[in-house]
Amino acid sequence: MSNMIANVSRRGFLKGVVSAGALVLSVRLVPDFVWGEETGSGTDADRAVLHPTAFVGIDSDGTIYIIAHRSEMGTTSRTSLPLVLADELDADWKRVKIEQAIGDARYGNQDTDGSHSIRDFYPVMREAGATARLMLTRAAAAQWGVPASECESDLHVIVHRASNRRAGYGELAAAAAKLPVPKKEELQFKPKSAWRYVGKGASSYDIVDICTGKAGYGMDAHRDGMVYASVEHPPVLGGKVKSYDEKGPLLVAGVKQTIPIKPFTPPHVFQPLGGVAVIADSTWAAFKGRKKLNVVWDNGPNQSYDSDQYKKYLQETARKPGKVARNLGDVDAAFAKGGKIVEADYYVPHLAHASMETPVALAEFKDGKVTAWAPTQDPQAVQETIAKELGISKEDVICHVTLLGGGFGRKSKPDYVAEAAILSKAVGRPVQVVWSREDDIQFGYYHAVAAMYMKAAVDEKGKPTAWLQRSVFPPIGSTFALNTQYGDAGELGLGWTDLPFDIPNHRAENGPAENHVRIGWFRSVANIYHAFAEQSFADELAHLAGQDPLQYLLDLIGPARIVDVKASAPEYPNQGASTTDYPLDTARLRRVVEIAAENAGWGKRKMGKGTGLGIAAHRSFLTYVATVVEVEVNDQGEVKIPRVETAVDAGFIVNPESTRAQFEGAAVFGTSIVRSGEITAKGGAIEQSNFDTYPVAHMNEAPYHTNVHIVDSSAPPAGVGEPGVPPFAPAMCNAIFAATGKRIRELPLSKVNLKA
Amino acid sequence: MIQLKVNGVERLFDGDPNMPLLWYLRDVLGLTGTKYGCGMALCGACTVHQDGEAVRSCVTRMNALKGTAITTIEAIGKNGLHPVQQKWVEFNVPQCGFCQAGQIMQAIALLKTNPKPNDQDIDDGMAGNICRCGTYQRIRAAIKAAAGESA
Repeated sequence: MSNMIANVSRRGFLKGVVSAGALVLSVRLVPDFVWGEETGSGTDADRAVLHPTAFVGIDSDGTIYIIAHRSEMGTTSRTSLPLVLADELDADWKRVKIEQAIGDARYGNQDTDGSHSIRDFYPVMREAGATARLMLTRAAAAQWGVPASECESDLHVIVHRASNRRAGYGELAAAAAKLPVPKKEELQFKPKSAWRYVGKGASSYDIVDICTGKAGYGMDAHRDGMVYASVEHPPVLGGKVKSYDEKGPLLVAGVKQTIPIKPFTPPHVFQPLGGVAVIADSTWAAFKGRKKLNVVWDNGPNQSYDSDQYKKYLQETARKPGKVARNLGDVDAAFAKGGKIVEADYYVPHLAHASMETPVALAEFKDGKVTAWAPTQDPQAVQETIAKELGISKEDVICHVTLLGGGFGRKSKPDYVAEAAILSKAVGRPVQVVWSREDDIQFGYYHAVAAMYMKAAVDEKGKPTAWLQRSVFPPIGSTFALNTQYGDAGELGLGWTDLPFDIPNHRAENGPAENHVRIGWFRSVANIYHAFAEQSFADELAHLAGQDPLQYLLDLIGPARIVDVKASAPEYPNQGASTTDYPLDTARLRRVVEIAAENAGWGKRKMGKGTGLGIAAHRSFLTYVATVVEVEVNDQGEVKIPRVETAVDAGFIVNPESTRAQFEGAAVFGTSIVRSGEITAKGGAIEQSNFDTYPVAHMNEAPYHTNVHIVDSSAPPAGVGEPGVPPFAPAMCNAIFAATGKRIRELPLSKVNLKA
Repeated sequence: MIQLKVNGVERLFDGDPNMPLLWYLRDVLGLTGTKYGCGMALCGACTVHQDGEAVRSCVTRMNALKGTAITTIEAIGKNGLHPVQQKWVEFNVPQCGFCQAGQIMQAIALLKTNPKPNDQDIDDGMAGNICRCGTYQRIRAAIKAAAGESA
């Protein structure tokens, strides 16, 4: 794809955002011809593949509008991408206004997941900024009758030093809008030494609004005449309403009506679960009315789901041969030679996202069209899902994206937004659907439960000559297609088929598992359980060999080299990135291991009774991370985490400040997984319901301090939102082993007795 | 009829006396800075001040509020940021930010009763406020800095 830029000043694309006559640039990754059409007029099927990715408008008063087309859930993509554009444009950040994009295929991919906002859109934003700057420069040069090459930008102005003339961006905007858009080859990027913002960082554009309660989340959206809805969902996936009390809820003051929502047609994808909605004049009345519904359910086949039995199935399946996803050398021959064989089983249960803002959405159905206001990671999926549910076209769904009170992957699935649209159509007024915390915990798209079996043959030096690993989990694909039982190359590529160890005989396999709940993306996805098994097993082997786990890990990683993963795992997708730009480079992995260890004082500190250090390293989302966790375990078996040292090589970093914050947060997220993260089911229904039964880490349980060390790198930018999570759990459990001699092979810790 | 003050304004409430304050603030008064997180006083996202003390508005029923004065995040730093808010900005505390109004209300109440909290005091005082993004160490640092400045 090439980035092409067109001048669309007169096409009204940003009508209402920028005043007439303003210079408006659009950047996109599509053929030119589509741009001839007016916004909103495009129903041509070809339009669906259009990929405009960013817009910038400059007003005559010098205000610069930058469109954020990715969702903001705390990772600062809404701030950091516009920051790139503003820097290249040499704009004054204080005069930039960020406008959140609606869902529109013309922005390109808006699904804010997979830690790729910066990776995919850094070049696009940079070109947009450079293009606007060049046009302003040429406009000034023409005005002054001097060569453009003699003019340059300075903060928000173009200057001609020889004649000591200067003109503000606002003054030049109208003239610049009349110029042809320069070709990409004509662009000149600022040298790194001239960068004002990139690499230095900025806090969130919304920080003051957040701290004063003014920031607008999905739950805060408002329309005059709106009513509130709470939905009683089938407790078992695929369940259907047999009967319910239509009158009971109406006895609750404020309740207006009840509306059944039809069950989904398998596969569920992003369809609402079905059930019965209670409509009321307040959220409270809707919640209260729901208790009077007394729904009788037909639970269907998934009522046989029992997570204890399922765990046994997963563990047994992990011990049987599976589908080979990566094969190197011949593990069977190596195992047949005998010698020392080590085996271990690991298990990570289902997890729920539990973002602080539950799923919530406001929708208004009017004249055959839907307008939605939603905290969504994927506004285009909102358009598609609502269009399908209501039998209208995608273009007739407008999705405004609010701030997200956390997402972690849950809000990539817009089932809750579709509920609001369906109900608004039924009620004839704007409807806000509010999920209670119980709804959130019990009706999630869960992180897959997984069992891993590991087997190694080790030589007399304790080093593996063969390493077999097999994972079994209900795949995310089961959300999209029936009878999907194996992880796809994407899921297996999340830390399973790309084990970066220097072992001659290696095989990675995957076994089949049926889903009985909805399975979905969860911050860091399959990397969580894959890294847990691999990095725990490495630590086990180190201790068995009587070696220092740090040195053992470095030996496993082996010498600095580029690992050609595809040679042994042909389907390995490398996060959709080229292996030329983003090779698996063990030198970078070694470096983060060394940095984390050095900062933790590894091998240099005398650890007291009940204290220990654990290390783990993992590359995910093309980012190399190593984490050392320090724990203190007292005689009662209570675990404290005084310190975490994390080293990160995510390539070139746009916003170091928010990068540090993401890795601090990842340590807390990881702590929740280790300590108490567990979703279980009996009779097909989820047993947990709120923060009492699904606890997440509080301040006094979180790491006291996490130090984040960012490797200075000019490699292409990689992810930062997710890669901090996977190494945390194995590092913490390895630390617990160092402190207590107790090996944690199954999470969460709340099930383990660590009493001395 | 329940008479109370919200952010200095006299209010009369004649709805369901069992309605939690949270929903009165959000759905009736449109004061959406106070957030719903759990409905069971388990997360602290809904924290407001009742006569200066931190309470969880999701479990505080309207019939318990007769004659009391409620303060929400909207009234904090109305005329320039409150020192706690200033430190929140300076230390770049929020990530998604959804829990932060509750965190700030809790921190202000903590500093009122304990102007010089140590680590343990902060842990104890803030343990009921969940941040799923994991901003705890910045919250602790911001509270310490705010305490330092009010000295």
